[in-house]
Amino acid sequence: MMSTYTEEDLAKNLEQQEYKYGFTSDFNSETIPVGLNEDIIRLISSKKDEPEWLLERRLQAFRAWEEMIEPEWAHVNYEKPDFQAISYYSAPGQKKKYESWDDVDPEMKETMKKLGISLEEQQRLTGTAVDFVVDSVSVATSFKEKLAELGIIFCSFSEAVQNHPELVKKYMGTVVPHTDNFYAALNSAVFTDGSFCYIPKGVRCPMELSTYFRINEGGTGQFERTLVVADEGSYVSYLEGCTAPMRDENQLHAAVVELIALDDAEIKYSTVQNWYPGNKEGVGGVYNFVTKRGLCEKNAKISWTQVETGSAVTWKYPSCILKGDNSIGEFYSVAVTNNFQQADTGTKMIHLGKNTSSTIISKGISAGQSQNTYRGLVQIHAGAENARNRSECDSLLLSDRAGAHTFPYIECKNSTAKIEHEATTSKIGEDQIFYCQQRGIDEEKAIGLIVNGYCKEVLNHMPMEFAVEAQKLLEISLENSVG
Amino acid sequence: MLTIKNLHASVEEGAEILKGLNLEVKAGEVHAIMGPNGSGKSTLASVLAGKDGYEVTEGSVDFDGADLLDLEAEDRAKEGLFLAFQYPVEIPGVSNVNFLRTAMNEIREYRKEDKLSAKDFLAKVKVASNLVELNDKLSGRSVNVGFSGGEKKRNEIFQMAMLEPKLAILDETDSGLDIDALRIVSEGVNKLRNKDNAIILITHYQRLLEYIQPDFVHVLSDGKIIKTGGKDLALELEERGYDWINEEIAQ
Repeated sequence: MMSTYTEEDLAKNLEQQEYKYGFTSDFNSETIPVGLNEDIIRLISSKKDEPEWLLERRLQAFRAWEEMIEPEWAHVNYEKPDFQAISYYSAPGQKKKYESWDDVDPEMKETMKKLGISLEEQQRLTGTAVDFVVDSVSVATSFKEKLAELGIIFCSFSEAVQNHPELVKKYMGTVVPHTDNFYAALNSAVFTDGSFCYIPKGVRCPMELSTYFRINEGGTGQFERTLVVADEGSYVSYLEGCTAPMRDENQLHAAVVELIALDDAEIKYSTVQNWYPGNKEGVGGVYNFVTKRGLCEKNAKISWTQVETGSAVTWKYPSCILKGDNSIGEFYSVAVTNNFQQADTGTKMIHLGKNTSSTIISKGISAGQSQNTYRGLVQIHAGAENARNRSECDSLLLSDRAGAHTFPYIECKNSTAKIEHEATTSKIGEDQIFYCQQRGIDEEKAIGLIVNGYCKEVLNHMPMEFAVEAQKLLEISLENSVG
Repeated sequence: MLTIKNLHASVEEGAEILKGLNLEVKAGEVHAIMGPNGSGKSTLASVLAGKDGYEVTEGSVDFDGADLLDLEAEDRAKEGLFLAFQYPVEIPGVSNVNFLRTAMNEIREYRKEDKLSAKDFLAKVKVASNLVELNDKLSGRSVNVGFSGGEKKRNEIFQMAMLEPKLAILDETDSGLDIDALRIVSEGVNKLRNKDNAIILITHYQRLLEYIQPDFVHVLSDGKIIKTGGKDLALELEERGYDWINEEIAQ
C-alpha cells in the first residue's frame, strides 16, 4: 500500500531517479518553427524518416486542406485557431509539462487522488516522473511478448510506418480519406504520431489494448493518428484515453481514428476523454476536433463507447460504415458538459449492406452554462435491405442556464428498413435529490448517484475497470454543478 | 425525543401553513396525526425532514438535543430521522441495494462507525425484506422503478428496517394500499417498534390505526393541533368527521 508514502518521499524519489537516469542530459526540445507550408511538411516527414509515399500523401492532404474552408458549426462558438501560429513538430516524449511535482496544480492532484490513481501513476501522468517506472516497464514488456506470440502488432504509428509499411500503406486513409473534412485533411498533412494495431486472422486479443501500456511514447502531440485493423474473424477491445485530467498547452487537438473490421471481425473501442475544459469562467481549455470512423465488412461489428467530460469545445462523431452484409454498428455515449464547455457529438451510421443493424444510445448531461448537443445521422442506402436502427437520445439538465440540443437526421432510401428514434429531455429531479438526502446522502453524492444511474446503460458497455473509473470521473466532473 | 414548540412555517413566498404547532414525542411512543385535507399534515413531515421550499418563520424543533431546523436534510437523516414518503421517488439505473448501501455507509460514517461488510449488509437485506415480504428481486431493481404502488410503500418500510431510525415519520403510508398490503406494512412497522424509537403516523384513515395502535392521536386543523386523545379519538373521528371538534372549541 502507498498510504504511508508522502509527497516528501516522492520528491526525494524523483530527485534520486533523475540523478540515476541522468534525466537532465536529454532534455533538449526539438521543436520546429511555427507555421504551415510544404517545406514544414517535408521537414516533419524527413525528421521522421518516412518513405516517399507517405510524404506524397501528406502533401496531397495539405494541398486539399488549403482549398478547404473551416466548418461553421451551429451551437458551437469558439475563436478559430491561427494555423500559422502553431508549431507542427516537437520530438515526442521530450516535452515536460511540469518542472516538478510541486508545480502540479493542487486541484489536479486532488482530482487524481479522488480517482484513486496511485502516486506512481500520478507522476507518470503529469510527466513529473522520469520515464522509467520499473513496474510499468516489466508489465509492459511481458505484455508485449504475449501479444507478439499471437502475431498482434501494437505499436506507435511511427514504428508501424518503419516496421509494417505495407499494412499502413494499405489501410491508412481508406476509412477517413484526406479529403474528408477540414480537420481530417489537416491531420493527414501534419500528424506526428499515434497508435497502430493489427490483429491477425482468427485471433482473439486476450487483453484490453490500452495506450497506457505503450510506454515511452508519451506526448503523441496534438495531431494524433490511430489505425486499428482487425483481420478476418479476429476480436480486439481497445481503450483510449485516461480518466486523469490531461492538461496540455496545445489548444487544438485534431485526431483521426480509423477502424477496419474485416469479415467476421469485431472491434470494441472505448474512450474516456478528460482534456482540460478551461476554468470556471470559460477561459482556456482544449478544442477537441476529432474524426473517428470505422468500416465493417461482412458480419463484422464495431462498437464505440465513450465517456466525454473534458475539453472546452468538442466535436466528434464516431461513426460506422456498415458496408458488409449483416454487419453491426453500435454507439454508446455519455457526454458531460459543465461551466462553459461546449460539446457537439453524436454518430453516423451508414447502412450499405443487407441486414445491417445499428444501435445508438446517447446520454447528454449539461450543467453550469454549458451547451451539449447530440448530432447524428442514420443513413439507409438503396441496397441496404432489411436494415435496422434503434436510436435513443436522452438529455439531462442540471441547471437552468445549461442547454441541451438534439439534431437527429434520418435518410432512408429503402422501404424495408426499420428505424426507431426516441428522445427525452429531463431536468434532474429535486424530488430525487431530496429523497437521497432524506436517506443520509448529501446533494453532491446524490447527483453522482443519479447521474451514474442515468448513464448505466452506456457504462455497462465499458470494460469493467474503465467503467469504474469513468463513474468516479462523472461524479467529479459534476461537483458543485447544481444551480 | 422530539419537541416541537410553536412552529410556524409557510410555503416560500406564500401562505402560512403551520400556525403555531406544538408536539412532544418520547421514545417508545407512536403518535398518529390526523386531519382534513390541507390542514398541514404533509407540510409538517416536509418541514421536519428539511425539504426545500418551506420557510420556518417561528418556533423551534428539538431532536434528541439537536436543533433540528439548523441541520441539513441529510444530517437530519444521519441523526436518525426517517421519512417514509407518500410518493416514493424513482431513481432509474440505481439499484435499490446500491442506494441503501450508499445511504447506510454515509450514516455510519457520520456516526463514526465502520462500514458494513458486504456479507453483513446482505444478511440485513434478507431480514428486512422478509419483514415486509418484499421479493428479493426487487432489491436488485432500480429504486422504485416499475414497482407497483404497494411495492413502493413496502420498499419504504424495508428501507426503514435497514436504516433503523430513532424517529420515523410515515406520511400516508396507508394510502393506495389494498387490505393485504396494509396488513403486511403494518406488521412490519409493529415489528420495528421498540422502546428506544418513536413513530409518527400521518394518515387520513382510522383503518391504519387498527393495525398499528397509537399511544396518542392528534387532530391537526389549519396548521395547529386542536385536539389530542387516545386511540379512541380516531374511532370517533371516523364516525363523526372533524367539524364537531371545531364546534366544541368554538363553544
